[in-house]
Amino acid sequence: MSPGHYLVLSALLFTIGGVGVLVRRNAIVVFMCVELMLNATNLAFVSFARMHGNLDGQLIAFFVMVVAAAEVVVGLAIIMTIFRTRRSSSVDDANLLKY
Amino acid sequence: MIESVTPVLAQTETQAGEPVVFWLLAIVSVAAALGMVFLRKAVHSALMLATVMLSLAVLYAVQDAPFLAFVQVIVYTGAVLMLFLFVLMLVGVASTDSLVETIRGQRLWAAIAGLGFAVLVVAGLGNAALSESIGLTAANAESGGNIQGLARLLFTKYVFAFEVTSALLITAALGAMVLAHRERHSPKATQKELSKRRFRPGGHPTPLPGPGTYARHNAVDMPALLPDGSVSELSINPVIAQRSGTARMHMDLHGQTEEQAVERDVAAVRAVTEAARDADAETREAKAGTPAAGGAAGPSEGEAGK
Repeated sequence: MSPGHYLVLSALLFTIGGVGVLVRRNAIVVFMCVELMLNATNLAFVSFARMHGNLDGQLIAFFVMVVAAAEVVVGLAIIMTIFRTRRSSSVDDANLLKY
Repeated sequence: MIESVTPVLAQTETQAGEPVVFWLLAIVSVAAALGMVFLRKAVHSALMLATVMLSLAVLYAVQDAPFLAFVQVIVYTGAVLMLFLFVLMLVGVASTDSLVETIRGQRLWAAIAGLGFAVLVVAGLGNAALSESIGLTAANAESGGNIQGLARLLFTKYVFAFEVTSALLITAALGAMVLAHRERHSPKATQKELSKRRFRPGGHPTPLPGPGTYARHNAVDMPALLPDGSVSELSINPVIAQRSGTARMHMDLHGQTEEQAVERDVAAVRAVTEAARDADAETREAKAGTPAAGGAAGPSEGEAGK
């Protein structure tokens, strides 16, 4: 298998995630789409690591996972806070940067 | 012997099953990703995302990244996705997206933008001079394994990034705590205030009278008697009264005199006590000592004691 196959798959998943971020209203689903984009880039990193024959790509994919985990924690806490004050998790309702 | 076999096993380029795995998982993961975007319920989206993540974990394993495959399953599918589901349950599973477009033509333009982006990236990849995979056999063998190789890189070349990650994790933990913390806007009610709140409105602040406190009976379906001999309706649960016809039973009791009722009860208790004693004696003679017999005799003796 050439790395091109994996990279095209990664690009497709990234695009689907991006379209999801643009289309969906529910903040949690938007967040899931961001996670999908991160996963797609991880796949590209792993493919490149294999293509070039060194482990740097895998390590960067690992860092992406760590950062994504931290980001999910904070992002979901923000979504919960918005939900508490507005009783809604729609991104359309959170249009004012105040209570 | 071993040296001649190991490189062949480790050469993943020659794995015969790789195209099958790739095409299968590529179709599954793209379909699941599309499902994630187009399914209306957030929980379904989360499950679709789990499918994509597990497929990607297998693809990592195929591509010489066993450590990342496991981290993908444990951290992403295990922790991150469970966090998503947890928040979904808190927010309300029933929440579905409204299909009303707040920006006119948003979906159409999003689709066009996505298509354009995909064409751009794929065309770029097609034009790029992608060499065949070198494979990680040499890189892994250098440190004695995939995990060892990653660890060596992590603690030498990327040690600063590793240290910064620790700061990031602490910041994230603190941020989550601060965001999830709810400030108390009113002071906590003291015991005095609580007791005032309870007794001010009047009504029935004390506990309700217990049922069956009248000496001859100790059952929850028998009402307690008030000092004047009338029945206290508060003392029994209305549901139980409805079911067992307590009112009727109590009327029967009062059909007799107190003495007659007491005599009948005492006789019943004696009969039970005799039966229990006989059973107990038999058990002791038999020396069987089975716990079931002892348990059956126990309550009867307790009743006799009363």
